[in-house]
Amino acid sequence: MKIYHIDRESWVKGLAASAEVYQLVGPVREKDDFDFKVLDKGQMPDLTGTDTRLSPKALVFPKSEIMMTFSTDPNDPDCNIMKEAKKEYPKRAVIGIRPYDARALQILKMNYDNGDYQDPYFLNAYEAITFVGLAVNSPSSTDFSTSCGTGPFDEKGLDVLLVAAGEEGDFYAKILTDKGDAWAKAAGFSKEAGSDVSTRIEAMKKTAEEAISSKIAFDKIEKKTVLELFEADHWENTAFACINCGTCTYACPTCWCFDIQDENFGTKGVRIKNWDSCMTGLFTLHGSGHNPREHRYQRTRQRFMHKLKYFADKYGEGIMCVGCGRCVRQCPANIDIREICETMNK
Amino acid sequence: MINYTENIRKISSDLLKSGKVDVVIGYKSGTLPGVNEPFLAKTPEDADKLVWDSQCRLNLANYLTHRKDKVGIVAKGCDSRNINTHIVERRISREQVTVIGVPCTGMTDKTRLKELAGGDILTLTEAGGKITVKTAKGEKTADKNDLLQDNCIRCLHRNPVINDIPAADPVPEVNTTRNNDAIEKIEAMSADERWAFFDDLLSGCTRCYACKNACPLCYCPTCFVDESRPQWVGKGDDPVDVRTYHTLRAFHCAGRCTDCGACEAACPMNIKVRLLTGKLEKSCYERFGWEAGMTSDVRPALDTFTTHDPEEFIK
Ligand code: SF4
Ligand code: SF4
Ligand code: SF4
Ligand code: SF4
Repeated sequence: MKIYHIDRESWVKGLAASAEVYQLVGPVREKDDFDFKVLDKGQMPDLTGTDTRLSPKALVFPKSEIMMTFSTDPNDPDCNIMKEAKKEYPKRAVIGIRPYDARALQILKMNYDNGDYQDPYFLNAYEAITFVGLAVNSPSSTDFSTSCGTGPFDEKGLDVLLVAAGEEGDFYAKILTDKGDAWAKAAGFSKEAGSDVSTRIEAMKKTAEEAISSKIAFDKIEKKTVLELFEADHWENTAFACINCGTCTYACPTCWCFDIQDENFGTKGVRIKNWDSCMTGLFTLHGSGHNPREHRYQRTRQRFMHKLKYFADKYGEGIMCVGCGRCVRQCPANIDIREICETMNK
Repeated sequence: MINYTENIRKISSDLLKSGKVDVVIGYKSGTLPGVNEPFLAKTPEDADKLVWDSQCRLNLANYLTHRKDKVGIVAKGCDSRNINTHIVERRISREQVTVIGVPCTGMTDKTRLKELAGGDILTLTEAGGKITVKTAKGEKTADKNDLLQDNCIRCLHRNPVINDIPAADPVPEVNTTRNNDAIEKIEAMSADERWAFFDDLLSGCTRCYACKNACPLCYCPTCFVDESRPQWVGKGDDPVDVRTYHTLRAFHCAGRCTDCGACEAACPMNIKVRLLTGKLEKSCYERFGWEAGMTSDVRPALDTFTTHDPEEFIK
């Protein structure tokens, strides 16, 4: 596949041109941090931050998403019939998503698109996106992505990999899929990079990967049985500080728990899929009043068992964590998945 | 700070050895610079892991709720007031707790630290009232007093009010005025301005509930937001539900909030939720001369009455 060289001027022009065909989405400054937003006409993505505070998962799994609509009005011919909500899925290009975040969305997809279940809402949104990722040249101190089967230059979840080329504001754009090729065409990028570019990108990749000092290992977790890990006696200690909030699960690009709720106003109603968190008590509360995860530590245990064991056992494609470090940075109680992984891996 | 840490370790270790307490709740050093982790020390060896510095932002009284054992607890001024509140509200008995009181000179604000560093903080050191952060780009030093959390800036009770074993000599109280400029500014707004202000304030809230879960006051077995039979509040991102959550949470803290700032310190979206509780705290003082958690034998303002309570609203 081709690799283009894009200078600053062509970049601005190219985004504007591709915006004629694609809805552009990118990181923008929101109050004191970054978040992925649909870009206004002429607005440039702000690529100065390493990670957005919340992961880009809301692009395919919104915080609250209307799935169905209904009416309980007896005069309505469709009374009491659930109807799929009408939704538009415009062709989108997500600019500046980090490689491990794009990989995380692929991991989400394993849950939402498998032999048993296909979630049309997720899939429609996912398929509509062309992922134009930006390689991470200076990984953060909490980035442990290389231990998680991905990394700062990982191409797996991307259609295009942008690499900041030495010069001010220039990029190399490595086209990885047909979707990526179509976007580059729409943007009008055509200047192929010099013949040494692959070697240069490889060297930058190596430098970035070597700059990551934070590592985890889960080889022993793989070999241990679920019960051995589940019944280990460290959990109450491990989870002591955890306040069971939703901070880690909401910030995480691979956490995908949801809660389906019906809300109505008068005779009109909607069925909504909302983010939910296994860290909360309500998450597992049964109709009988019984709660199988009654104690706080049981919920903390669930998050890490799911990420590091159940998911890995179920799909055989590694753990449900891409090592972005968001939960590590944002946890108010300093619950650190790297440390927990180490405890479980003993 | 080293001296605090050493004293806390020694006191805790002695308490654990003598059997006066079964456990000590304190902090251990975190895995990131500028963050510590609440920690339960069960043995004298564990006690050696305890630390104290200006990054102990959570309120440890939060970890006392429903404990059945004899607990030693490391407490700064505000934590100690929440321990009193816990005792008054019968979450723990006075006999059960041994307070290791830490005279506090304030906690650093995580956002101010981030701004000072201007990048990923690789190390943080604290000495002589100065904080130094190191990033890949170099080192920056600032006075700790310029980095304090908003609540610490206006703190009136830095010394623990319940203090069984002081970890150090008292520090001088620095504030004399109760003025709360941030709240007064909101009070001066028109209704429309205020509505817009709060809408903007709460606009990034994800309802992660770190603010309530970090708060020692929020110990209800089932929080109103978790009521499911019937459900009281919608679970989505509708602003009505977000406002409902915040307003009700704040009111549940009325007359009980000690302005410890744990809620704001915990919020990942950096939402200044104390702008809600601050008004209630101010009203409680103005109307009833009440400050939460100063003693362990008076019920909080909204939980009791006296015949002298102002009642001009009863027509
Ligand atoms: S691990 Fe941290 S962020 Fe996650 S629920 Fe516990 S306290 Fe909240
Ligand atoms: S568990 Fe933490 S480090 Fe792993 S993907 Fe989620 S937020 Fe990132
Ligand atoms: S509401 Fe906030 S400031 Fe008040 S006691 Fe709770 S955590 Fe502390
Ligand atoms: S901690 Fe912040 S984001 Fe979470 S519910 Fe509270 S105000 Fe909202």
